[in-house]
Amino acid sequence: MKILVAISNVPDTTTKITFSDGDTKFNTAGVQFIINPYDEWYALVRALELKEAGKATTVTLFHVGLVDSEATIRKGLALGADDAVRVNAESPDSFFVAEQIAKFAKEKAYDLILVGKETINYNGSSVGGMIGGLLDYSFISLATKLELNGNTATVEHDIDGGVQVVECATPLVISCSKGMAEQRIPNMRGIMAARTKPITVIEATTDAPLTSIKSFALSAGRTTCKYVDANNVDELVSLLHNEAKVI
Amino acid sequence: MSVLVYVEIAKGKVKKASLEAVNYATQIATQLGTSATAIAFNADAAQTEETGKAGAKKVLVIKGDQYKTNDAVYLTAAIEQAAKAEGAKVIITSFDVTGKALAPRLSAKLKAGLVAGAVDYPVVNGNTLEVKKNVFSGKATAIYSINSDVKIISLLPNSFPVKLTDNKAEVADFAVDLNGITSKIVIKETKSTDTAGMIPLPEAELVVSAGRGLKGPENWGIIEDLAKAIGATTACSRPVADMHWRPHHEHVGQTGIAIRPNLYIAIGISGAIQHLAGVNGSKTIVVINTDKEAPFFKSADYGIIGDAFEVIPKLTAAIKKLKANN
Repeated sequence: MKILVAISNVPDTTTKITFSDGDTKFNTAGVQFIINPYDEWYALVRALELKEAGKATTVTLFHVGLVDSEATIRKGLALGADDAVRVNAESPDSFFVAEQIAKFAKEKAYDLILVGKETINYNGSSVGGMIGGLLDYSFISLATKLELNGNTATVEHDIDGGVQVVECATPLVISCSKGMAEQRIPNMRGIMAARTKPITVIEATTDAPLTSIKSFALSAGRTTCKYVDANNVDELVSLLHNEAKVI
Repeated sequence: MSVLVYVEIAKGKVKKASLEAVNYATQIATQLGTSATAIAFNADAAQTEETGKAGAKKVLVIKGDQYKTNDAVYLTAAIEQAAKAEGAKVIITSFDVTGKALAPRLSAKLKAGLVAGAVDYPVVNGNTLEVKKNVFSGKATAIYSINSDVKIISLLPNSFPVKLTDNKAEVADFAVDLNGITSKIVIKETKSTDTAGMIPLPEAELVVSAGRGLKGPENWGIIEDLAKAIGATTACSRPVADMHWRPHHEHVGQTGIAIRPNLYIAIGISGAIQHLAGVNGSKTIVVINTDKEAPFFKSADYGIIGDAFEVIPKLTAAIKKLKANN
């Protein structure tokens, strides 16, 4: 059982977002980058737990990005992944990323491909489903639990108004959500070991991207909060009814 | 050529998110000088009529047991065939649980560019469509240009109004060839987290949410009373779900579910950036907190600095009074 974990390099959650080049590019100056939390806390850590339990043989990281994202990849290796592959390209959109992952996963016969439920920068929730479509693999979204029994995965995942337990034979793509695993912090041994673990750099297969970003804009914040006295809740009710018209 | 829209039926009715999608598809079809065709699986007469009222000119009904679990493998195969038969250049779904699995798979099959979670109507620019979506967890928006021949847009739920007219759709059966298409997913168990009488959180227009400020699960009575008075769904912050004071499915925020109701009342929630990321799309935000420095007030439309245990019962009473007088 070989597991491929796709990781994305994203700005830390608390980053103040700004844009450059006439609002056409995200301004990376001074930004702290991290592994996308869903990819790390849930997908990667669960993959490592499965390996530790003897249910998987190898855990490989897969990343699409330029050389400056190697610090993020090293962190994933420090957590315990065996090796990593970096596609040397700036990803234009989800489909491009999905194509790179699909091609590699098929060539190297990975059994299980794990992705986070979404990235915290582009919030597309699309890469996992696209890999499934490209390879004709089943895709299970929003997984909160994952067990492996030989070549069969048992997955609990969120559905509309409930949760569902499903079984599926590998090969398989799963998007991982909260509940899969707990966050880990790399220890000194892991950090030292990561320095010598291999990061294989490959070139991208290129096609004209299906989508492209034309421009960015910051979301309009709320103007100011209107305070209502705690002893005058009638006023709040009146504001909600007559001004906001929501009740 | 037409604009194709996927319609989901849940609990015997067309989902609200799907009615939003049909409205949206109808609007794009007008922009492109064509009409909207809806695809509804195992739909009955009442459901196709509802789809027509939302603006679809035609409803293709696809029948089969395989579709009953919304497995994206079968849905994708069917919609792919319908899209080819109709010569559809634009396909619309909701960015809900089914749409998040369906739209990307369809995108891969049709080599169709996808914008996932659109928040505005597209602008037609030559052969491209320009669509706005939220990025950086709601801190910004981006305009995506879809350059491919076939284009897919999934819509952020609760971002578009639902308008129903007396439009009547032409209903036709559509036959799909599922030869060679098999899903390996076997459903073992389905557990409902629906609470009787409450609208599920992703669809709720009114939400009452509480956090650690409530001090313990035994104090949730006042929250439930307020929610009941308003007709709202209850939610909670991450620490509350992590401490098992409230069930996991009530957790809203970045790691829980992202919602955008018309009204979000946050009680005893400080407003960490991760929480805001899941609720900042709400149209009106009310924050009630004892701490006047709580960061959430900066993102609120209305605020009360005060003790929830005193304020909430009064608020519930005031809302009941309003409802009784209207």
